[in-house]
Amino acid sequence: MPLSSKSLRLSAFVVISTCTLIALACSGNKTGGGAVKLQGAGATYPNPLYQKWISEYEKLHPNVLIDYQSIGSGGGQKQIREQTVDFGASDSFMSDQDLKSAPGELLHIPMVLGAVVLTYNLQGLPQPLRFSPDVVADIFLGKIRRWDDPRIKADNAGVNLPAADITIVHRSDGSGTTGVWTDYLGKISTEWKQKVGVGVSVNWPVGVGGKGNEGVTGQVKQTPNTIGYVELIYALQNNLPVGLIKNKSGNFVPASLDSVSAAAAGALADTPDDLRVSITDSPGANAYPVSSYTYILAYKDQKDATKGKALVDYLWWCIHDGEKFTGDLKYAPLPADIVKRAEAKINSITSGGTPLR
Amino acid sequence: MKRVNGQGSPLSESLLRLLSPTGNVGDGVFRLLMFAAGLLVVVIVLGMIIGLATHSELSLRQFGFGFLRSSTWDPVNGQFGALAFIYGTVASSLIALLISVPLSLGIAIFLVEQAPPIIARPITFLVELLAAIPSVVYGVWGIFVLAPFLRERVEPSLARSFGSLPFFQGPITGIGLLTGGIILAIMITPIISAVARDVLAAVPNTQREAALALGATKWETTRVVLINGAPGIAGAIILGLGRALGETMAVTMVIGNRAEISFSLFQPSYTLASVIANEFTEATGDIYLSALIELGLILFLVTFVVNAIARLLVWRVTRTTVGAGMAA
Repeated sequence: MPLSSKSLRLSAFVVISTCTLIALACSGNKTGGGAVKLQGAGATYPNPLYQKWISEYEKLHPNVLIDYQSIGSGGGQKQIREQTVDFGASDSFMSDQDLKSAPGELLHIPMVLGAVVLTYNLQGLPQPLRFSPDVVADIFLGKIRRWDDPRIKADNAGVNLPAADITIVHRSDGSGTTGVWTDYLGKISTEWKQKVGVGVSVNWPVGVGGKGNEGVTGQVKQTPNTIGYVELIYALQNNLPVGLIKNKSGNFVPASLDSVSAAAAGALADTPDDLRVSITDSPGANAYPVSSYTYILAYKDQKDATKGKALVDYLWWCIHDGEKFTGDLKYAPLPADIVKRAEAKINSITSGGTPLR
Repeated sequence: MKRVNGQGSPLSESLLRLLSPTGNVGDGVFRLLMFAAGLLVVVIVLGMIIGLATHSELSLRQFGFGFLRSSTWDPVNGQFGALAFIYGTVASSLIALLISVPLSLGIAIFLVEQAPPIIARPITFLVELLAAIPSVVYGVWGIFVLAPFLRERVEPSLARSFGSLPFFQGPITGIGLLTGGIILAIMITPIISAVARDVLAAVPNTQREAALALGATKWETTRVVLINGAPGIAGAIILGLGRALGETMAVTMVIGNRAEISFSLFQPSYTLASVIANEFTEATGDIYLSALIELGLILFLVTFVVNAIARLLVWRVTRTTVGAGMAA
């Protein structure tokens, strides 16, 4: 059968050439010779800074390749526990239970500080609004429903507040921003702690959800009489009106890089040895009350000495030379005492018992 | 062409015959490849169901059928229920269909039956352009244009005129079920109208000529064309419905993302696809992840059931209308 053997040859040719193409495509991804490749994943909040750090560091050390994927804090904790990455990153610190389930001892190394601020849409207000902690909690619990509520007025004498309903806008996506915000609300209000709780996604008593900082900002900007919470950096970059929140010392402190660093400094006495600490509602006189650390997560004992050495060198660089890039990107730098304690953490990293620095 | 005989057992002989009734090997290979392509769809669907079911085992076991009946979604306390999301998904898609189907049919009928080519061509092009816009762009437009417009113009007058109905009550923010439904309607209109247009254009001209020859008016002729195209139009609507049920980004940006069942169209709502997209990245804890994956399984099943119902309806409607149309 000449015809069928011809078509047989044709189909054999198709099959063989397809296989060759697939084989060629698969052999394409080789890494450069001699380079150390570090893989990291986690928090989205510090991602702009981490990318900047990586590009600056790779300029200085061309033999180190670092890849950071901003998949979210939850993902960062999960990936480092499952050892699929060389370092994780998270805005919140890991729970005791999660740390126990990890295959080795995990270190929390603080990198920079962040903060969450209240932003609102009220026409024609000359100065920023002031909020007492109990008022903030009751607004988000749905107990204070109107802008002209006497308790809001009490903190803002002489301000012409509208006789309108308050519309709350919160994050709809799971987020470290929500984690910090609910952590603060849980500290200042026992009712919040019992009814709603603290987490990256919570069951909000009132309000509508916007996706991301930009979603919350979009809805607050578009809708009169709204109030929402966003990251400090986001508010600064977009010139949003930001409310003042009374801190533990009774001062109404504006959110700024300095007042956020002051919150970390104010919480020094309560900072445990493993540096896992919530610095919301910090006692410092100039502390902004809704602040938090963001961490890099790494194993204390590194399996691969070459990779481990590259990692500790990189982290050391981040908290020293890297600090000069924080201001431009509006991240608050670590206070000096915390830099010292982070140094000690980095120095404690070993590989097979031998220190890497 | 003669078959080589005397070789091969009866089994391989019959297999060869099944693959290639003509006895041509090329035909056999072609048939096998096409069969593999068809089989792949079945394998993917089964693989998805099995994958979703195994990964949501924890939540399936802990909550059972209660998962479908509860509308509580509380990640902090580990309490999960899907009812509010099922309601939001189905309600927003229904609103979208209510708005989009008459509009799409109007577009299709105008383009095929009435518009001169010089008008029909640019309109067809624009409709197809709408279908190509990424959904996140619809979402941004929804936040900055549609929501303020609804808040300032449409919703207050709806509340004034029909405020006694439960559908138009409560505070007006411009973000909610109605806005989500309208965004979806705009997104599925190009799909439904483009397919419906092709269906109507495929109706043979002899049908129109026959109707006109019997003295039918333009409207009566159009009815004949619509009845002829009914199964295809129904297919177009099902395609649109499928997109509406699974749409994520644009809806998330305007629906308000609140796991609550409220009959008022002004109130925020939440869809299955939205909650998965919103919470999956930051979900920690096995039961939380498992519950989110179970939502995916439910979305799959909701789509399945809604499609089945739609097909059943179509089958009944076309059977009666085509019969009536022929009898008339």
